[in-house]
Amino acid sequence: MTQPKTLFEKIWESHLVAESDDAPSILYIDLHLVHEVTSPQAFSGLREKGLKVRRPERTIGTMDHSIPTLSLDLETADAMAIQQLEQFEKNCDQFGVQFYGMDSPNRGIVHVIGPEQGFTQPGQTIVCGDSHTSTHGAFGALAFGIGTSEVEHVLASQSLLQNRPKTCLVKFEGKLQPGVTAKDMILALNAKIGIGGGTGYVFEYAGEAIRALNMEERMTLCNMSIEAGARAGMVAPDDVTFDYLKGRPYAPQGEAWDAAVTKWRKLPSDKGAEYDKTINVDVENLEPMVTFGTNPGMGIQVSEAVPSPNNERDAAKQSALQKALDYMDLVPASNLKGHTVNVVFIGSCTNSRMSDLRAAASILKGRKVAEGMRLLVVPGSENIRKEAEAEGIDKIVRDAGGEWRFAGCSMCIAMNGDNLEPGQYAVSTSNRNFEGRQGKGGRTFLASPLTAAASAITGKVTDPRELM
Amino acid sequence: MKSFTKLTSKIIPLPNTDVDTDQIIPARYLKVIDKSGLAEGLFDSWRRLEDGSPNPDFPLNQDEYQGAQVLLAGDNFGCGSSREHAPWALMGWGINVVISTSFADIFRGNALKNGLLPIVVSEEIQTSLFDLSEEAPTATVDINLETQTLTLPDGTQVSFEIDTFSKTCMLEGIDQLGYLLKHDEQIAAFEEARA
Repeated sequence: MTQPKTLFEKIWESHLVAESDDAPSILYIDLHLVHEVTSPQAFSGLREKGLKVRRPERTIGTMDHSIPTLSLDLETADAMAIQQLEQFEKNCDQFGVQFYGMDSPNRGIVHVIGPEQGFTQPGQTIVCGDSHTSTHGAFGALAFGIGTSEVEHVLASQSLLQNRPKTCLVKFEGKLQPGVTAKDMILALNAKIGIGGGTGYVFEYAGEAIRALNMEERMTLCNMSIEAGARAGMVAPDDVTFDYLKGRPYAPQGEAWDAAVTKWRKLPSDKGAEYDKTINVDVENLEPMVTFGTNPGMGIQVSEAVPSPNNERDAAKQSALQKALDYMDLVPASNLKGHTVNVVFIGSCTNSRMSDLRAAASILKGRKVAEGMRLLVVPGSENIRKEAEAEGIDKIVRDAGGEWRFAGCSMCIAMNGDNLEPGQYAVSTSNRNFEGRQGKGGRTFLASPLTAAASAITGKVTDPRELM
Repeated sequence: MKSFTKLTSKIIPLPNTDVDTDQIIPARYLKVIDKSGLAEGLFDSWRRLEDGSPNPDFPLNQDEYQGAQVLLAGDNFGCGSSREHAPWALMGWGINVVISTSFADIFRGNALKNGLLPIVVSEEIQTSLFDLSEEAPTATVDINLETQTLTLPDGTQVSFEIDTFSKTCMLEGIDQLGYLLKHDEQIAAFEEARA
């Protein structure tokens, strides 16, 4: 009998081009996603060395980070962004890379359009110069973020030098209560193990609570694997995965589809396969989660009090907690629930898909945002924007007093003019609450779309179950 | 890539833990299409006060640490975004070594591909280095990549780990892409076998 293997091992081993004792393995890359911010220096490197893109058909370019979301007109961006965006278009054109520009009806956030178009498929290796590439692991792919040097490596060789990571099984047991979502699950995991808790590992998410998630929810979960330091997060493919992919433009069609599904069904980890580590999370009694600090591991359940540095024994952790509370201007042991909120951002590669927008709309419908509240809703792709508009979600957002935008990263990374003012508090459905992430001096509470929408209505950090 | 063999330098202490790459170089500096000018944005929000003037409390602004090439940081340095602008910005300012008890995976890989040496030490050594950098800011340490040793001012030698491949590339200043391209035939054979 052959040795039982994990999902990760099956993908890793089937993509090994070469192994050596004195160098990292060479891993073949099936899909390379490229965006404007982390690729210019890589394309310049190719030019300097006289190299081509080895597999342009495996390379997809989209503009998302620094593009305006108020208008589809690039000229409304700032001068440096325009220069970067124009260079990106030129790079894709010169090297023959499939390009989703501002005029493309299929443009959007890179981690939203990959799955939406059916590029992302089970069993693939997927990389992008973006740490949230872990999102694509929701399909049972090995997907991880890389630096710009590596972007150049993949462009030139369709391969990467990689040391084999360790594996960690993360089991989510129990059933989520109404009002509690995949976002709360991943914030709970990050709070449990901390921002460095997954360093060196690839997570495989399993258990009853994972099987119950739809694909959009699995993407939310895998998206924030990197926020625990894990290189990747994966969910074994099942019928939910196949139903989502079937008929998408770049998914296999006809007989090829049947053959692909037969192959994909062999991907899930074998019974008895071993992991380097296991973590259990019980979600049965989980409440909506909110972060209070300056990294995504600093999260609490919405009814809990902000932790107190005095209760922390480790000096470094005590100091980190104190610094975080100082930046956030929060009182130790105070309630986060009820804290003033100035801005609500609903969007990002974490939570900008149809189910996220529908969840937010279910709270916003027939209500008005609190006085002085700025609500920004930014769909993850132009297809999602159009679908949401067909359902009237744009009208619900506008009637509530919110802003409805074109697709892009927007206030998640605050490169395009959508940003917090110094001192403002935001409830955000994005993935990072680092100091200044959403604008210099801005303060971020990460939460689910339900919690964000509820907080927009009350103007305070709110348990969404009170408005459901 | 720039080669790295050895250096003797003062140490800049940055005791913060979990320093994310958004702090090392904020996103507003990422609109460049080359690698120049990023040092200007290094630790921008910590280095400058609200009015844009230098923050006198931040070590990078203090006279005694000018010219230092070694940054000593808290646990889990370089977490968050994959931006390679982080090592570019550090190196642009003059940092060639970062010492910590641990590094985030992507940052570590990016650093090694640019000739920025990440050195992992024990908590005990980290603490003694923090003490040293504050009590005797002009004291220097020797770092030798060939022998994989960090030598403290009192002569204590601390060895550090680095994989053979990264070490060779750094010592000789070799771009790792060259190694990949040498495997062109194997990559082609792999593609053919799967087609």
